[in-house]
Amino acid sequence: MIKVVHYINQFFGQVGGEEKAHIEPFVKEGFVGPGMALNAAFKGQAQIVATIICGDSYYAENEEKAKATILEMVKEYQPDLFIAGPAFNAGRYGNACGSVCKLIKENLNIPVVTGMYIENPGVDLYRKDVYIVPTKDNAAGMREAVPKMASLALKLINNQEIGSPEEEGYIERGIRKNYFATERGSKRAVDMLVKKIKGEEFKTEFKMPDFDRVAPNSPVIDITKAKIALVTSGGIVPKGNPDKIESSSASKFGKYDIEGVFDLTKETFETAHGGYDPVYANADADRVLPVDVLRELEKEGKIGSLHRYYYSTVGNGTAVASAKKYGEKIARELIADGVQAVILTST
Amino acid sequence: MVKEIERAGLPVVHMCTIVPISKTVGANRIVPTVAIPHPLGNPNLSHEDEKALRRKLVEKALKALETPVEEQTVFE
Repeated sequence: MIKVVHYINQFFGQVGGEEKAHIEPFVKEGFVGPGMALNAAFKGQAQIVATIICGDSYYAENEEKAKATILEMVKEYQPDLFIAGPAFNAGRYGNACGSVCKLIKENLNIPVVTGMYIENPGVDLYRKDVYIVPTKDNAAGMREAVPKMASLALKLINNQEIGSPEEEGYIERGIRKNYFATERGSKRAVDMLVKKIKGEEFKTEFKMPDFDRVAPNSPVIDITKAKIALVTSGGIVPKGNPDKIESSSASKFGKYDIEGVFDLTKETFETAHGGYDPVYANADADRVLPVDVLRELEKEGKIGSLHRYYYSTVGNGTAVASAKKYGEKIARELIADGVQAVILTST
Repeated sequence: MVKEIERAGLPVVHMCTIVPISKTVGANRIVPTVAIPHPLGNPNLSHEDEKALRRKLVEKALKALETPVEEQTVFE
């Protein structure tokens, strides 16, 4: 029997939500939560012998320690196969799934598979290292994702040839394989060009990598004269969330006046973010948006001034395209208002 | 958002806990913070110590804004 160890977070491990995101990794024998469907999808060819459950924040904040503990736990079971997730569009979870899969693959040299939504930051971080099955952006996609992950995993363990990402259903890893084509390169290139000119669909044989990088701007010459603005994806809003920014997949950002505000208190500010334990930010929102110390620094002349408005959205499963749009709009307003530098905080 | 603000021409420093994610989204000036639910605080400290910790991190961020960088740089 092929032995499988499965990695999941505190939520899918049925320990709890964000309030349990700090828990250290622990092992349960057999399958837990989504492991049940995964185990069934193996159709008797493989079996989940153990499940490792770890809090998403714990993993993100203590990656090296978590990796060392988890590696020892996995070794105990001498598995033939390792599966993590699926993580859908959960950023910390995706990061953990990718990282833990890479760790197991490199140390135990066994096949590993995980699953995520294409915009999960874990995809860009780990697609080159491990097989990632594309999933929906939320857990409603579980039923669809699990059989795909199981079948790819079985193929890997049985040493079957793994075809292209389209054929097998995994996210492109940037690996090129040589094969004998029926037509020579020059003909294929001309055919492609003709299709392109006609406006027809064509498939490139060599995708150019998408490096959307922005070069760093020159530093602020004299910070003691500069007007500095605060922006956050941590969802800090005036108490009551006047713009009703959504707790996940935010459809907007808010702009809030902090003139005369020297300290964010639990009576005046809170977080709208649904992707982390809100207890600490609700008690003192300066922990996410440091208005109090910037006011001090302003008074002491260490900065020119703190911009009158701060901008906030919820970075929780928010589409990259939306975040890009908000960023562009915020930047335009800041420049028009004479802001010279920005501190952006994220949770 | 960090990248678009930078693209528009404003120097920006990203203060966050998961540095690898900040790198993937393309931040150029990165200051690692305390923890996901309280990046700029630590509820286990006294109010004064917590504020001092926050001030240290913000000062680091200001330093980063004053520092010329050629590539993605983490200010530890």
